[in-house]
Amino acid sequence: MDIAILTTLAGVVEYAVPVLFASIGENITEKAGLTNLSVNGTIILASMGGFVVALNTNSILLGFIVGALIGAAIAAIVAFSSITLKQSQVAIGFILALLCRDLGYFLGAPYTNKPGIFLSKVPIPGLSEIPIVVPIFFIHSLVVYASYIFIIVAFIFMYKTRPGLMLQGIGERPTAAFARGANVKALRYFYTILGGALVGLAGPMYSLAVKIGWAGQLSGLDGVGWIALAITIFGGWNPLKVAFGAYLFGGLQQLGITLQSSTNIPIQILQAAPFPLMIFTLLLVNVGRAEWVERELAAMPEKPRKVLSKILRALRTSPPASLGIPFENE
Amino acid sequence: MTSQTPLVKTPASVRKIGFLDFGIRLSAVILAFVFTSLILLLVKADPLEAYKSIIVGAFGSTIKFTSVVASWVPLVIATSGLLFTFTAGLWNIGMEGQIVFGSIFAVGAFRLLDETGMDPTLVIILVFIAGALGGILWALLPGLMKIYGGVNEIFGGLGLNFVAKTVAIWLIFGPWKRPGVASGSGTEWIDVKFRLANLPGTNLSLTILIIALIIAVLTAIMLKGTHFGLKLKAIGKNDKAAYLLGIPTTRYFLLAFGMCGLFAGIAGAILVTSKQYSLIPDAGFGYGFLGLLVAMLVNYHPIWSSVVAIFFAALSIGNTQLQYMGLNTYFAGVLQGILVLFVVLVDGLRKRLVRRR
Repeated sequence: MDIAILTTLAGVVEYAVPVLFASIGENITEKAGLTNLSVNGTIILASMGGFVVALNTNSILLGFIVGALIGAAIAAIVAFSSITLKQSQVAIGFILALLCRDLGYFLGAPYTNKPGIFLSKVPIPGLSEIPIVVPIFFIHSLVVYASYIFIIVAFIFMYKTRPGLMLQGIGERPTAAFARGANVKALRYFYTILGGALVGLAGPMYSLAVKIGWAGQLSGLDGVGWIALAITIFGGWNPLKVAFGAYLFGGLQQLGITLQSSTNIPIQILQAAPFPLMIFTLLLVNVGRAEWVERELAAMPEKPRKVLSKILRALRTSPPASLGIPFENE
Repeated sequence: MTSQTPLVKTPASVRKIGFLDFGIRLSAVILAFVFTSLILLLVKADPLEAYKSIIVGAFGSTIKFTSVVASWVPLVIATSGLLFTFTAGLWNIGMEGQIVFGSIFAVGAFRLLDETGMDPTLVIILVFIAGALGGILWALLPGLMKIYGGVNEIFGGLGLNFVAKTVAIWLIFGPWKRPGVASGSGTEWIDVKFRLANLPGTNLSLTILIIALIIAVLTAIMLKGTHFGLKLKAIGKNDKAAYLLGIPTTRYFLLAFGMCGLFAGIAGAILVTSKQYSLIPDAGFGYGFLGLLVAMLVNYHPIWSSVVAIFFAALSIGNTQLQYMGLNTYFAGVLQGILVLFVVLVDGLRKRLVRRR
């Protein structure tokens, strides 16, 4: 296969990684019944924080830890405000999304375009005989390998383990989970903070591995978090499908880079290309629930109706039943 | 009826702010300033000096103060629009893109009418109508997607923000590019005769100030003293109950979006005719997002939002002075965000204490 195509496909795999962690992190939070809308700001602040700490301590590991801690701290504010204070989740999330973005740009200003340290690519030894698969999937930095494991672990945890089923329980039917002895509020705190930490990891993944360095608003991270939130919906709150959505987005970004070098379309237009697509996919997965669609379907002749409703049902995704609804132990 | 996800349930209660409430809010503001000062200390800047230079930057001269008022105008218009959607329980995060689309339509109208030899005043009026149409169009989209596509208006609006910006960039680099070379600094400036003149010795056009005052007063009256406002409020509190009581919720959702878009479009036209004189990539200047923060800060109260908008405008204008201290101008966003964050958190604490009692 052509070297250029292999490089492009390897780029898709790499670019998907931060979004993948952010989306699955948000997926875990939303499974527990909370929406953390701050993702966009969290990624920017964590990206800056991780970069600066890694630069000053000369430790990439510390950079990642700080990224996760920043994400966890922001999520803790969301959890406190939503679970304990019962304030609007949308309001607090949106405020933090704006605040953390500006805070990242403000605090990061002195470090703009400073040369820093970053994760280098480590080919997996022993696999070098296999063509095609290896250059695409196995010549990457460690975060990419971590993402493969992460997808599988997240999926197995959510659907095959006892705590995972409990996680679904507190998001779907918290009263039933409470009746069976679950501490719904504490668990929601835990999973919101855990999800936030994973979202935070996406920050240093950009600045220390995928889009190396910190360039303030020119880092091009503004917007990625909103896409990550949309991917969670698109993926129907299932880590495997969410991962697929992240790869799709990585593909679009990589396509933008490729097109930019071969055509003269302004970079800003290519950067915005995923957004119309995001609206379109959200329409696709949601439209099956709209009342007028059901009416139209009912009026259709038998055959096309069956086919259409099957397609719509296959596309449709449903949020955890208690997403966004506060829980009261009574 | 629409398929409502619980995510969009907002506490859109437009209620009176009593004295106790005011005191609690004030303490939240003080806390926010303490916290922000810590952040300034973190970057080794003197907080008092920073606040002082913001005040000087906002009120130090007639030019500066009138710049604050000129910046208050689009902000208060944006906030007023958002009060309609908030009252109906909707999160119109797409406000920013709606202002951008107002600007796009306004500049488009100028390009159409530029050479016609029409009376400049008439052209400006037509430009404002075009801007309003652009805003309404872009605001109805998330409304229609919500009602007929089941897409949460938060994500619809967010996506449309980016799309609007992309359209603006495409126009700037493509069909509307300057003669010679396309530039990210914007399209060609509109002719001087079409610009709204500032009052002598100031940075403020009287026309836009009057428009803003009318819109602010109109919003307060419509939301507080008309059936329309009451019905919106009923929908915001419980749309299913409102529907059962005979309010056509779908129509009112779209009306709220439409009002918001109307004001957004007017704000866009104002920015074109009195500030930028052209279309630039960031045509919304962040007023849409800032408007959301102002509305949240005052718990969706029309009159208070006009007052707080002055404060926010002063922060944004005075903030540019910080460059002389070696700080970057994202500070205004940081302070504004922290203010709203603390007000929401302290308000939540107050409610919790009331519940406990």
